[in-house]
Amino acid sequence: MILTRNKGLKSKTKYRSIWADITGIIVTVIVFILPFYFLVVNAAKSQEESFRLNMSPPEKWLLFQNIAKVVSDYDWHVLNATKNSLILTIFSVFFLIIISGMTGFVMHRKRDNTSAVANFLVLTALVIPPAIVPTIWVLQRIGLYKTLAGMIAIEVAYGLAFAVLIFRNFIGTIPKEIDEAAIVDGCTGWNLYFRIIFPLLKPVSITIGIIATAAVFNDFTNPLYFLPGDENATLQGTLFAYVSRYSTQYNLLFADILYITAFPLLAFIFFNKRIVSGMTAGSIKG
Amino acid sequence: MKKKRIKSPYASSLYWPAGILYMVLFFIPTVLSLFFSLTRWTLQEWEFIGIENFTLYFSEENLRIGFRNTIIYAVLTSGLKVIFALYLATFLSSKLRATGFIRSVLFFPTLVSTIGVGITFSVLMNPYEGIINAVIKSVAGFFGKTTDGPGWLIDPNLLPIVSIALVDVWKGVGIATLIYIAGMAAIPRDYYEASSIDGASTRQQFYKVTIPLVRPAMFSVIILSFVGGLRSFDLIWAMTGGGPGFISDVLASINYKQYTSGYYGLATAGNVILFVVVSILVFPLSRYLNKKEVVM
Repeated sequence: MILTRNKGLKSKTKYRSIWADITGIIVTVIVFILPFYFLVVNAAKSQEESFRLNMSPPEKWLLFQNIAKVVSDYDWHVLNATKNSLILTIFSVFFLIIISGMTGFVMHRKRDNTSAVANFLVLTALVIPPAIVPTIWVLQRIGLYKTLAGMIAIEVAYGLAFAVLIFRNFIGTIPKEIDEAAIVDGCTGWNLYFRIIFPLLKPVSITIGIIATAAVFNDFTNPLYFLPGDENATLQGTLFAYVSRYSTQYNLLFADILYITAFPLLAFIFFNKRIVSGMTAGSIKG
Repeated sequence: MKKKRIKSPYASSLYWPAGILYMVLFFIPTVLSLFFSLTRWTLQEWEFIGIENFTLYFSEENLRIGFRNTIIYAVLTSGLKVIFALYLATFLSSKLRATGFIRSVLFFPTLVSTIGVGITFSVLMNPYEGIINAVIKSVAGFFGKTTDGPGWLIDPNLLPIVSIALVDVWKGVGIATLIYIAGMAAIPRDYYEASSIDGASTRQQFYKVTIPLVRPAMFSVIILSFVGGLRSFDLIWAMTGGGPGFISDVLASINYKQYTSGYYGLATAGNVILFVVVSILVFPLSRYLNKKEVVM
């Protein structure tokens, strides 16, 4: 530690690091910030102005008017889609955390044939693509096709493998003595998990929660297959549909993208530290 | 000991919710797909037609393009992410001041809607009105040359799928970088101190210490992005819809087109083909990578 710090004080290294800083920032701004800047200025323009598709700032900022127009257009279709997307995301993430945590726990602690099979199933589910049309057929049989409840079940089922894997690895870092102390006091089974272990999983639950929220909220493909119908539309679906509706109104198209991006953007601003540290904590291990 | 007589304190019933969901919505449909891929199917009734779906699927010319594009897309996205993310992570693990800012910015696209990113970039890549070609033209003009710039998404050859792959890398490199950063954080500082006492340069440390020890993270990145690349659909669908013609179709978009045309048996056969392609490529790859890890 001392060695590296002394090295860092050498003027040559310091000089080079300033250039690295500046280059890094410039490249990041061009590659990652400019597309967002383009999106924001064009979402704030009038129709004629946005048609030129350039980077210049709008003559008059119409951002909120444009977003209000997008949200209220077509009989408040986007507002209804916002409601659907939020319901879908909140319930899917909630059930995913509850269900995959308990599975990861029993998989890690109770080594038997079931856990071996479960391990195998988790790894295969991570890799192989789901069979879509047969899933629609199954959903029709059980009456969940084209329902939000069915869509929530699908999102949880498809998110299970990844979440179980991360929960199981994290549970490996919780000492078994904690379970044993609880068991001696007569706390076993579901109580052992939900009263003793689950509260200890808070950091990894937050990580899973963030990843799953982004995945479900931004999911376009699965609702496209399993939740068709205008009244069921989610935000991603409306966005796709509006490409043709707004093909001559780039300002409204970009305002729609911006409105949808605002949800993850707000989450990002509030949880930035958490997201990055949580992601690094959870994403890799064994 | 008496262990066998005591009821285990860990309840197997904790498996049930996940097990039921997995069985009903993943396992059973996967098994059913093997059967329904051999039928002409309307979702209400089916008629067994043997391997006709598969022969039909393989006889189509656009399938060849779809196969080629799926492989190109997966190899290109995972390859570029593995390399870019490694350098970015090395840069961001150093003690520079800008790392916090760059890290956040780099990560943000992962949280953003794929459809939104796809639409935005297809506007930026518009060959006539798009900003990217406007910049290329003015740079070329500065050097006294004239060019129309590449056709990006409307080029009749490989360029559309490559352009989409580049946007995929733009969006996904942040998460790959985070996986690397986590892997690098786990490397003990002692190795760097010991090697620098022995006179190793920064470059030597990177190749002889960082790369070998960050290998588990590298393998996670390879597998995750390769699987994602083989299965990807939404970005391609948002940017070109598989077009122009079938030039940028991949297996997943061909399956979707068959599904919307009502060819459910054919779409399921396509699903089985995708399933087989992914399994054939990924399971040996992951076994190979795991073996290398043990040797190390």
